Amino acid sequence: MTYEVPLVPGEQHEDATGAHDDHGWPLWEVFVRPKRGLNHTHAGSLHATDAETAVQNARDAYTRRAEGVSVWVVPSTEIHASDDAESMFEPFEDRPYRHPTFYDIPDEVGQM
Amino acid sequence: MTGEDVFQATIEADEKIEPRDWMPEGYRKTLVRQIAQHAHSEIIGMQPEGNWISRAPTLMRKAILMAKVQDEAGHGLYLYSAAETLGVSRDELQHLLHIGKQKYSSIFNYPTLTWADIGIIGWLVDGAAIVNQIALQGTSYGPYSRAMVRICKEESFHQRQGYAICLALSQGSEEQRQMLQDAVDRWWWPSLMMFGPHDAESTHTEESMEWKIKRVSNDDLRQHFIDQTVPQGQYLGVTFPDADLRYDEETGHWHIGEIDWDEFWAVVKGNGPLNRERIANKVKAWDDGAWVREAAAAYADKHARLAESA
Amino acid sequence: MPELAYLLRLADDNVVIGQRLGEYISRAPDLEEDLAVANIALDHIGVAQHLYTYAGELEDAGRSEDDLALGRTEREFTNALLVEQPHDGFGELIARQFLFDAYQMELWDAVSRSSDERLAGIAAKALKEARYHLRHTSGWVIRLGDGTEESHRRMQAGIDAMWRFTGELFETDDLDLAAGVDPASLRPAWDSTVDEVLAEATLARPDDPYQATGGRRGVHSEHLGHLLAEMQSMHRTYPDLEW
Repeated sequence: MTYEVPLVPGEQHEDATGAHDDHGWPLWEVFVRPKRGLNHTHAGSLHATDAETAVQNARDAYTRRAEGVSVWVVPSTEIHASDDAESMFEPFEDRPYRHPTFYDIPDEVGQM
Repeated sequence: MTGEDVFQATIEADEKIEPRDWMPEGYRKTLVRQIAQHAHSEIIGMQPEGNWISRAPTLMRKAILMAKVQDEAGHGLYLYSAAETLGVSRDELQHLLHIGKQKYSSIFNYPTLTWADIGIIGWLVDGAAIVNQIALQGTSYGPYSRAMVRICKEESFHQRQGYAICLALSQGSEEQRQMLQDAVDRWWWPSLMMFGPHDAESTHTEESMEWKIKRVSNDDLRQHFIDQTVPQGQYLGVTFPDADLRYDEETGHWHIGEIDWDEFWAVVKGNGPLNRERIANKVKAWDDGAWVREAAAAYADKHARLAESA
Repeated sequence: MPELAYLLRLADDNVVIGQRLGEYISRAPDLEEDLAVANIALDHIGVAQHLYTYAGELEDAGRSEDDLALGRTEREFTNALLVEQPHDGFGELIARQFLFDAYQMELWDAVSRSSDERLAGIAAKALKEARYHLRHTSGWVIRLGDGTEESHRRMQAGIDAMWRFTGELFETDDLDLAAGVDPASLRPAWDSTVDEVLAEATLARPDDPYQATGGRRGVHSEHLGHLLAEMQSMHRTYPDLEW
């Protein structure tokens, strides 16, 4: 579809350079707990100057359909991540006995 | 295994590429451009619909329309968020939009002249967007795919409220029926153009398909939209402004006449009915708000420093 | 049972300010604020709908919420002058909204104790929303008042522009007394809220004693006519149709 918006003949694409200027409006990651008993899950991000505004804006942006009992916001710069690339090299299949499917429980035993 | 191997294997396995994964520069650039333009489309789309908030014929319709336009702002937000995971900032993307280096879906360059246009936008324009967005739920880049899932959930309300407006008009007075038909006459072809050029003429298609950014071709999406929409129009009792529109018994598809590609390219080039106004309004809102954003940043800064020195 | 005219007064306030906010959607300083403004607008339209519907039922003359909102003239509208004032930019929009939110907090609190269950219920919900709105707008008054020199100037100008429409909010007439809510009694709490926020925002409480009046009697500023002309245009051009 036209989110690609075709190039007019003769035109060149100009790419975003990644020049980062927040104008003092840093990025915050938003986590929403949709219902009691569930974890907060990552919902997206938004820009705000401070935590209180970020929380308020997150409520308007990510819980319009009452999909949230709790909202967390964290400055994006405070997210520390594992090195996902490394984990790609280590097969999870190393320790299959951690998974329930490894075990063959007879049906007669019932739900387990 | 190199990062590239992992990337290829992930794509082949139909799994998602996530923000910190290795990815070809072309993949990243294409995504930034596409996601940004998708986001810009949502934001600019607030204007043709926002045009009727103040004149909605009932309080209920006013509230529904406000909620819809609010959703569009929200969708823009989700999409800018997804784009920002690729190492760009929303500010920069917006700047590129303002100077005409990034675009938005051409459909939003058309004017909303009557209340019926609001119904048509929901039925046809959101209908077309949904066809595309459902396909994009399967896009290979994780954040974009997840944004699409979230948007799709909300979007079906948009199409339904639009069709409900059309239904009310079709069951109303003669004037209302004519208002509806007039809107169909003006919006049908531009809606079909939303799917872009024929794939054979689309420079992006092949690469995008290989990288699984794009999952279904322009023509296939367009055909899907036509097949689902024509019967909906028949139910409304409207005709489509296409003398060549006919049903093919053998294939089960509706065939349309030829799209006016001159109009299509003219609008993409910037010479549609409202290209300049849409951008001018966007730029004005941004410029008018500069003092507000500066103030908020200054306040936060002041108080962060106060907290530190306390 | 509440008086029809009282319900209409409350409804008119909300539909007019909802209309004003609706004009601003897509014009906010950023996306997040577009979302917030739309949210507040939706709340006001929602309250207006509840009140007009109740009024229509009480009147029992077959008038719907739309007939009441979109079919009455400017001399019949009894909204406060404050809500019909146009906003020249974000500063004025926030000033208008903040001063009104602070009033709505006190008003809905009082109305939620009404002996009329239905009205009390509408008020209780509206009170929750007003609290949320006030948090949002007072936050802006403070950030803009205590932001940059320019924002301080503009926020002060906004407060100054809207100030002479605040007195009317606390006028008491027979209709108020019949409803059991004395607006004049809400004034001290409003003053306290407003003064606290203005102080934190480093803004001055305006000095001008002149206060406009007339809205409650259908004597409006020139703005309302234009607002209604736009808002009511479809209803008047195409009478008695379903949409």
